[in-house]
Amino acid sequence: MTISIRQTRYILQENTLTLVAFLMFLSLIFLAIFGNAIAPYDPLETNSAIALSPPSLQHWFGTDQLGRDILSRAIVATRLDLGIAIAAVFLSFFIGSILGVLAGYWGGWIDNIVGRAIDTIMAFPLFVLAMGIVAALGNTVENIIYATAIINLPLYARVIRSEVLIIKKAGYIEAAKLSGNGDWRIMARYLFPNALPVMMVHISLNMGWAILNAAGLSFIGLGVRPPTPEWGIMVAEGATYIISGEWWLAMFPGLSLMFAVFCFNLLGDGLRDSFDPRKKT
Amino acid sequence: MKRRDLFKTGTSFAAGFALAGALKGCGSPSGTEKAATTASTGDEEVILTVVQGGGFPNSLDLHRPGTNRPGYGSSWNLYDRLMTFDTKTRPDGSLSYDYTQLKPELAESWETEEGKSITFSLRKDAIFHDGKPVTANDVKWSFDRAVSVGGFPTFQMKAGALEKPEQFVVIDDYTFQVKLLRPDKLTAIDLAVPIPLIINSELVKEHITEDDPWGMEWVNNNDAGGGAFELESFEPGKKLVLTRFDDWKSGPLPQIEKVILLDVPEAGNRRALLEKGDVDINFSLSEKDTKELKETEKYAIVSTPIENCLYSVDLNTKEELTGKPNPFADVKVRQAVAYAMPYQAIFDTALYGEAVKQFDAKSTKVNSTEWPQPSPYKTDMEQAKASLSLSNYPDGFETTLAFDLGTKEWAEPLSVLIQESLAEIGIKVALEKVPSANFRSVLVEKSRPMIINNFGGWLNYPDYFFFYAYHGQDATFNGSSYQNPEMDKLIETALKSEPGKEDYEKSVQEFIQMAWDEVPRIPIVQPYLSIAMQKNIEGYQYWFHRQLDFRQLKKV
Amino acid sequence: MSKHSTPQFILQRLLAAIPSAIGVIIVSFIMTRMLPGDPAAFFAGASATPEAIAQVQETLGLNKSWIEQFFIYIGELIRGNLGVSLTTGQTVIYDLVTRLPASLELTLAGVLFAFIIAVPLGILAALKPNSWLDHLSRFITTAGVSLPTFFTGLLLVYIFYFLLGIVPAPVGRLDLLSSPPEHFTGFYLLDSLIRGDFNLFVIAFQHLILPAITLGIFALAPLARITRASMITILGSDFIRLAKSNGLSPEKILFTYAFRNALLPIITTMGVVFSFLLGANILVEKVFAWPGIGSYAVEALINSDYAPVQGFVLTMAFLYIFLNLAIDILYGIIDPRAGF
Repeated sequence: MTISIRQTRYILQENTLTLVAFLMFLSLIFLAIFGNAIAPYDPLETNSAIALSPPSLQHWFGTDQLGRDILSRAIVATRLDLGIAIAAVFLSFFIGSILGVLAGYWGGWIDNIVGRAIDTIMAFPLFVLAMGIVAALGNTVENIIYATAIINLPLYARVIRSEVLIIKKAGYIEAAKLSGNGDWRIMARYLFPNALPVMMVHISLNMGWAILNAAGLSFIGLGVRPPTPEWGIMVAEGATYIISGEWWLAMFPGLSLMFAVFCFNLLGDGLRDSFDPRKKT
Repeated sequence: MKRRDLFKTGTSFAAGFALAGALKGCGSPSGTEKAATTASTGDEEVILTVVQGGGFPNSLDLHRPGTNRPGYGSSWNLYDRLMTFDTKTRPDGSLSYDYTQLKPELAESWETEEGKSITFSLRKDAIFHDGKPVTANDVKWSFDRAVSVGGFPTFQMKAGALEKPEQFVVIDDYTFQVKLLRPDKLTAIDLAVPIPLIINSELVKEHITEDDPWGMEWVNNNDAGGGAFELESFEPGKKLVLTRFDDWKSGPLPQIEKVILLDVPEAGNRRALLEKGDVDINFSLSEKDTKELKETEKYAIVSTPIENCLYSVDLNTKEELTGKPNPFADVKVRQAVAYAMPYQAIFDTALYGEAVKQFDAKSTKVNSTEWPQPSPYKTDMEQAKASLSLSNYPDGFETTLAFDLGTKEWAEPLSVLIQESLAEIGIKVALEKVPSANFRSVLVEKSRPMIINNFGGWLNYPDYFFFYAYHGQDATFNGSSYQNPEMDKLIETALKSEPGKEDYEKSVQEFIQMAWDEVPRIPIVQPYLSIAMQKNIEGYQYWFHRQLDFRQLKKV
Repeated sequence: MSKHSTPQFILQRLLAAIPSAIGVIIVSFIMTRMLPGDPAAFFAGASATPEAIAQVQETLGLNKSWIEQFFIYIGELIRGNLGVSLTTGQTVIYDLVTRLPASLELTLAGVLFAFIIAVPLGILAALKPNSWLDHLSRFITTAGVSLPTFFTGLLLVYIFYFLLGIVPAPVGRLDLLSSPPEHFTGFYLLDSLIRGDFNLFVIAFQHLILPAITLGIFALAPLARITRASMITILGSDFIRLAKSNGLSPEKILFTYAFRNALLPIITTMGVVFSFLLGANILVEKVFAWPGIGSYAVEALINSDYAPVQGFVLTMAFLYIFLNLAIDILYGIIDPRAGF
């Protein structure tokens, strides 16, 4: 990673909000790893006797229509939601980077094909494209990841490509070429790593987007299978209970969702500022 | 004006189901029917605002392929039929149509020549919304259309042995005859369901093209009826506005002058609209809303068990599914599952107690032809384990349970509870939610080992239900793909006979018994159809088509 | 980049869009055919026999190979026929034409709301970068973009309609009893004013508030951010320093010089945000029973209703192409230096 510890410290010190976001991020990671162990109840265990009970000392976030503990479900869902987002973002980052580097470095017909493919994706209403993919392939976790990855692909490919276009004109690339480095080596050793910092901003912002996207799919009914706890689906199912006064069903998973997305957005924002040359005035 | 005065004749279909002989008038005035108030209340127009779940009419033409269930409702009010069903009072005081009593609508009276024909005398004063008189030619054209267009209308007509245009004869302008291909207990009833509606044929003929001999294109969005309400505006997916047709002659003039039906997809918003007093009626409530709105005591709520309808878990009985042996082909496995169902928890949490239990019957022996009737199964994990240990899968297996996303409000919690319970006897269930449109394909393909089914038959006979749900013809609704020649024989015997006859009673009881012993489908509950109205709305009546009849409603 | 005339530029851009338009047609065709379920089974009705379904498949042309179906589809497309929706029973063209103005009106209102809130926030943040005001502004806008729109929408309905009762019921563009104004633009706010029906204008406005806010909240962040950034750049530029040293009042500097110059990137961003929201308003439409094309597409997709999905995707693709073009042209008009 090109972001050194020193750099990280600089970013955090400069901006308290980013520091807060970083702490939020750590707590999310903690919940994702240890969530199953610290959840007070079995997130899948139903108990019709206590169905729809409001938040209490026993059940801090209340229980849902089947008497399942919402706190436990919200905690356990962290891993899946982050997992979907990370996997999707990684996938689109990985493929997008390769496409972007190739298109930017070589130009010509590769650039043309990649450009057209990306324009096609961009011409779609992205959410409908994601819906279509999941509906067509079936609503499994993998397909939600693929769909989210595909709709984010253009972003990465475009950003990397334009970064590469700038970097490849830099003197040290010319120098590397002259000293006999092959194209692949230049791309892997010089172009890609140098485009990475800018990409970090997008990755972070994109994580939030990916989580929201998965939640939106759930709301339409294309989310993960029941009874798997997942924030989006919990909000979507809880939404029907808001009017009848059982607000906690949707509220707490909604807040968890917001917490995570907020965290990634703030992080991305902080990163963006530290890379933004205009800010250094 | 009393209803009795309006109608010269009616029909009595008592237990014996006499289609025989000339039908004499009886009227059967029921105590709850009030004198119709024809005068409008004051100067203000009486407007009824309605929201309903389960979709929005997607066509005004009931004969069009793909017209959805809410489409029956709009068509029911825009068009008349020859006959309709009378009203009865249910034990809880609510009103229901009475499938044993037919009464006149566009036909003033009719005569039946047993096994040969039914001859209808049409009302001479009836006119369509454009002012043209309703004649026997219109009736014939409409019936010809229903049996010719294919799809559901043709299918439904066939259920009453109405199959060919030659069966429909115009005697004179006001006399119309249906020739019978064979005696069938369902013929007369089938003429009172929504499909054989009377269309203004002269009007539609102006819009007929070569590709479209029945004017489907035009009737889809336009009013060609003569019913109690006429079309003011139709915006698909948004709003339907009907206004009262003041020259309607086929019944007492409705009190409601204008109906606004609005499409509000979110159930929570529909409920909010009612609670804020912005709409008069929220129709087709979820079980939860029914229960909670009842508790507020602020609304008039009517829940009627949906006739001939069951929420059930269907176990696929095919020997193999996608090339692999199917555990549910083993009756011991099916029985084990039936004993492992968490019935009471489902009833309490998934259905909020708003349904009729169809489990834990008092006796294990079937001794009535009543349908639906509770199965003898109840939650008994010991029995379940014992039964499973006798099967080829003593340690359980992995399988999936599919349900319709459109019914997820109750089907999802139900499935989750089943999943949890079956895990106890070693059956690991993965849940699959299928979007509504695809669920139809799932039913047709019969490719899933276990599904949640909610089949209900229009015509209220057990043999009718069994013909679609258990018969070896393997209809769409036979979710278990159950095939058993003995079962088929019993069902066919009952279909040919009629209630009250010995062979009918005997075969119905026997096929129900067989359904319990073999359990290809595990009945859970009989659902309710629930409506919540503001307290000033009266006259709601349950119909087998599960749509609102605006003609009967009143605002006080 | 060489300089061209505007018509030439437009033509060039349109030609450049052809490949992606073809791509969209192909991808949307394949996507819909891959949807599970059989429209014929749905079309044939509840009690259809396998034979009846096969018959419907034949009439709908679904028994043909994908390739054949595709060429039939293209043929119909060229004749301007987008097919019929099974869900609404209407032609797709009719549905799209009647529903598109609703989506556009909602999206425009959302962008406008975002503009009104985000720009002042951005300016305040730019005046005192890294102050608590800056952080607060960032906190608010980031929180806005972190909320799932359907959740925000339901929450707002619950609070402002159900609990407080200060906005009308979420039943679409007008209340139950009003009928839409005569059709000029399809925008109820405009049409009601054109007809001089102020009452209807108020009703339409009230119904627009919550969905527009729900949508607009989502667009606060990018607008506030770009306002802040461009204001900071401009406030630090030489001509502002010059103006300051000339003793012009701070207000005059801020609004007459700084803001006017910062407006350009803001407007471009608004264009981008608009096209983004046009796609993102699907869930908002669903929550508010808003009769736009987004809710229409969702319904169609869930029901494996091919024609509306394809029609919707195609419409959106063309809208995007024209929007991007419009943004570029606008950019050229506001800032002649940008050129083409």
